[in-house]
Amino acid sequence: MADPKAAGMTRRERYEADQRRRSLTVAATSTVLVIAAIVILVPLAPGWEKVQRSFFNGAVLADTFPKLLDAFLINVMIFAWCAPAIAVLGLLIALARDAKSPALFPLRIFGAAFTDIFRGVPVILTVYLIGFGIPGLGLPRPWNSPYIWGSLALILTYAAYVAEIFRSGIDSVHHSQRSAALSLGLSERQMMRDVVLPQAVRNVVPSQMNMLIALQKDVSLLSFIGPVEIFRQAGVFKSLLANFTPYVGAAIIFLIVTIPATRYADYLMARQMRERR
Amino acid sequence: MAKLELRGVVKRFGDNTVCNGINLDIEEGQMVCLIGASGAGKSTLLRCINLLEPTEDGEIFLDGEDIAVPGLDPQTVRARIGMVFQSYNLFPHMTALENAMLAPRRVHGLTREEVQPEIEALFTRFGLADRMQNYPDQLSGGQQQRVAIVRALAMKPEVMLFDEITSALDPQLVGEVLDVLLQLKDQGMTMVLATHEMGFAREAADKVCFLKDGRIVEEGPPDQVFGSPQRAETKAFLERALK
Repeated sequence: MADPKAAGMTRRERYEADQRRRSLTVAATSTVLVIAAIVILVPLAPGWEKVQRSFFNGAVLADTFPKLLDAFLINVMIFAWCAPAIAVLGLLIALARDAKSPALFPLRIFGAAFTDIFRGVPVILTVYLIGFGIPGLGLPRPWNSPYIWGSLALILTYAAYVAEIFRSGIDSVHHSQRSAALSLGLSERQMMRDVVLPQAVRNVVPSQMNMLIALQKDVSLLSFIGPVEIFRQAGVFKSLLANFTPYVGAAIIFLIVTIPATRYADYLMARQMRERR
Repeated sequence: MAKLELRGVVKRFGDNTVCNGINLDIEEGQMVCLIGASGAGKSTLLRCINLLEPTEDGEIFLDGEDIAVPGLDPQTVRARIGMVFQSYNLFPHMTALENAMLAPRRVHGLTREEVQPEIEALFTRFGLADRMQNYPDQLSGGQQQRVAIVRALAMKPEVMLFDEITSALDPQLVGEVLDVLLQLKDQGMTMVLATHEMGFAREAADKVCFLKDGRIVEEGPPDQVFGSPQRAETKAFLERALK
């Protein structure tokens, strides 16, 4: 090749640069082809104009977007108090399931039952049962608020998953770390707190990030028992304007939050893989 | 009375008898080397002495007190017996200094201020003064192993157990770790080593024990065990090991 820059390259570097150029060309060409096909073919569908009007209506989007953003603050709020509660409860359940002392046996049973039940029931069912069931006991205000009981449903469900992830993190700490800690005279509890848990928690940060992203989306399920958060608000606009664009707007708002979070979780995971190697 | 006396120690893993009635006396300030092929029971014996493995039978006397009694709280015993492992087992989320300060603070309930000067002195003594603030993954194998020794010494143990502590090291790093052992010997530390370093055992040990199939087949001063082994198994092992 007559590339002047290639002059200072080794044979291997020249070969790899050539390969890179080639795969870049192929990737770019295929991307352009796929996008062109979508742009050209989708509008040819018989119902496209109707779909465009009711799902991708610019005027409706501009109108409703700010109010959707306001409603999204409720999602953020619910998320903000659920997430720490889930982390704490999840860790406690994980520790309860690994408790060795016979006096704590009931705790172990409870931990196992807890994770079995709340991982086994669809989130929406838990939200319904707790969100409608407990206020149905005739509690006085503010204790009948769907915010409280809906949040509790999310906390219980997610704590069950988070507990299992913490447990896998605890198992991932090599047993030689435990030997070392015990050989120094530390108690089981001190070993757990000072040696095992710090490493376990670090190991599962990327997985727990994914749980946070899932939680952010599932907050919307509370709309079924009352709170007018973004999904419910979009539904209100849909009925008002007879147009589905607000749902697309809500989806966009979710993506603005979840895509960077997902990317970050992926980055953390990739970094961890590199460190393990 | 010996510092450490083992009487008929038996350890099984399922049907596999790893220590099969071990008797051994270790005097105060002695360095005893356990030699033998992998799987002979050396490491398991050390783990039994430190109560990391419960023994099936037999007694282990530390200063005349049986520490192998089932049901005894192992914590107080382990605080008196230090142990160093083949794979260092430093805590990766702590600096070298934090690694060494953890147990004195937690077990003896001392404050950071109370323990730090003494532990820094230990680091300095073993040539690690400029490594105290490093994390384990920033240290060489030899440095990590020396930090692990300092970590065990920080508890001021009466006996130190070393489980093949140079086996994971590059050959050129072995010397710096063995030097630490010689320093400890000079200070009168009671030590038990499981080791494949025959040259070191012959030079430095007060007593050498050859283990095979969970038993001590032969024991004695190093010159005797290495120079004129009495048992055929010992001879055969040494011929292979020293080849």
